[in-house]
Amino acid sequence: MAERKSKAWYDRMLSVDRRWIYLIMGLAVVVPVIWEMYIPVTESSEVRDVYEFSDDVTDGEIVLLAIDYDPSTMAELHPMTEAILRQVWRNGGRVLLSSLSQFGPAMADEILTRIAGEMDVEYGVDYVFLGYKPYPAITILAMGADFRVPFPTDYYGNNVDELPMMEGVHNFDDVEGVIALASGTAADYWITYGNAKYGVPVALGVTGVMASDYYPYLQSGQLFGLIPGIKGAAEYEQMAGIRGEGARGIPYQTTSHAVILFFIVMTNVAFFARRAAQRRR
Amino acid sequence: MEGATTGELFWGGIAALVTLAIFSFLYKDNPVFKVVERIWVGVTTGYWTMLLYHTSFTDKVITPIFERGQYFYLFPVILGILMWFRLSKTYGFLARYSLAFYIGISTGIFIPLTIKTAILYQLHGTIRPIEPTWTGLMFALAFIGIICSLSYFFFSKEHKGLLGVSSKIGIYTLMIGFGTGFGLTVMGRVALLGQRVSFLHDYIASLLGALF
Repeated sequence: MAERKSKAWYDRMLSVDRRWIYLIMGLAVVVPVIWEMYIPVTESSEVRDVYEFSDDVTDGEIVLLAIDYDPSTMAELHPMTEAILRQVWRNGGRVLLSSLSQFGPAMADEILTRIAGEMDVEYGVDYVFLGYKPYPAITILAMGADFRVPFPTDYYGNNVDELPMMEGVHNFDDVEGVIALASGTAADYWITYGNAKYGVPVALGVTGVMASDYYPYLQSGQLFGLIPGIKGAAEYEQMAGIRGEGARGIPYQTTSHAVILFFIVMTNVAFFARRAAQRRR
Repeated sequence: MEGATTGELFWGGIAALVTLAIFSFLYKDNPVFKVVERIWVGVTTGYWTMLLYHTSFTDKVITPIFERGQYFYLFPVILGILMWFRLSKTYGFLARYSLAFYIGISTGIFIPLTIKTAILYQLHGTIRPIEPTWTGLMFALAFIGIICSLSYFFFSKEHKGLLGVSSKIGIYTLMIGFGTGFGLTVMGRVALLGQRVSFLHDYIASLLGALF
């Protein structure tokens, strides 16, 4: 009977079944969710700029909140939407909402209905949801002329002219700025067509995957603020004094990153250990 | 899902089962995953089609032309119909008129604004007076990083001497950028998993709360 040759520890480490990694990652996420820990986050200037802008939207002033994401990225962007809505409404500001993502409107309607009910704000007076229109570039260009061009009616089929909040509100000149929560190219369209064409101040809330692409626009002043991913959402919630899904996400981000770092370090150590062993032979 | 109704618990249960079915792919490909995957494709296609009908066709064709009598909307409708002539061998050339109109308008608007956004404003943001502040130092570092990164892609001269040093700094700058992108991507992907786990946790809690 042939004796089974035992593998060295570095060989076992480098050929570990991916399903073990999935299991450990799963545990690194599940345990903090069940445990419900809270970890404070370091606040960054780019998120603070968006927070301070929203905090200045008071006494009937209007901010345009663009819900340009879909359910596949709601994990990162929904907490931002919720925190911004709560903050602006708490200060007496008003919110005009639109969506350039085809799967965004129903999701936006759900969060609006829920938070508006909790904060006792009135549709048509404190907020208006214009709904969705395809072709982002054309829609933003048309919004710069008049919101009524792409959106003659709102999401619920009401004539926009019959809504009290829309009285005297025609284009980007009538809003304090745009906060676009985007999971795709809509972010570029807001920079190119909203900011460069019409000069409206634009801030972005983006997914973690996208964040590094948009920092150059922050440095050039084309964006006045940036909320990057779930960490940005947690920072915003912390500034606004809200304990939401962003804050809930930080513990499992911490544990899962620790697991990933552990595997990166260990596999590198194993790689160099195997190479050293091969050289010795 | 605190104080959820029976309907919310039912639909929440469907969502929970579908989530678990999708996660089953992590073990291996299986029929349950395939069924749910196809349901997802079907539902999203159907939803999007009807959404486009209601937000584009109704708003831009039916309402303005048939209800308000704004007949100039017939012009884009005709251009849209011409696009379908691509399917005809005889009259396929007609589709080019629509495409020419569309490409002409798009490039006319897009090119100047993109040059302004992606080149001129970015140049202005990169080249600025260096102030003796922390922000000024950051700008200076970014500027050095950009110049060195660009020098890495200069292949007309061998990377030796000053060019060798700058391209070395450039590759480290690029690696820092890729590392940042990787870290942020991991954060995004973990957030997607975490949100689903949170949903399952909340659903099970509300289900147990309703049952007991």
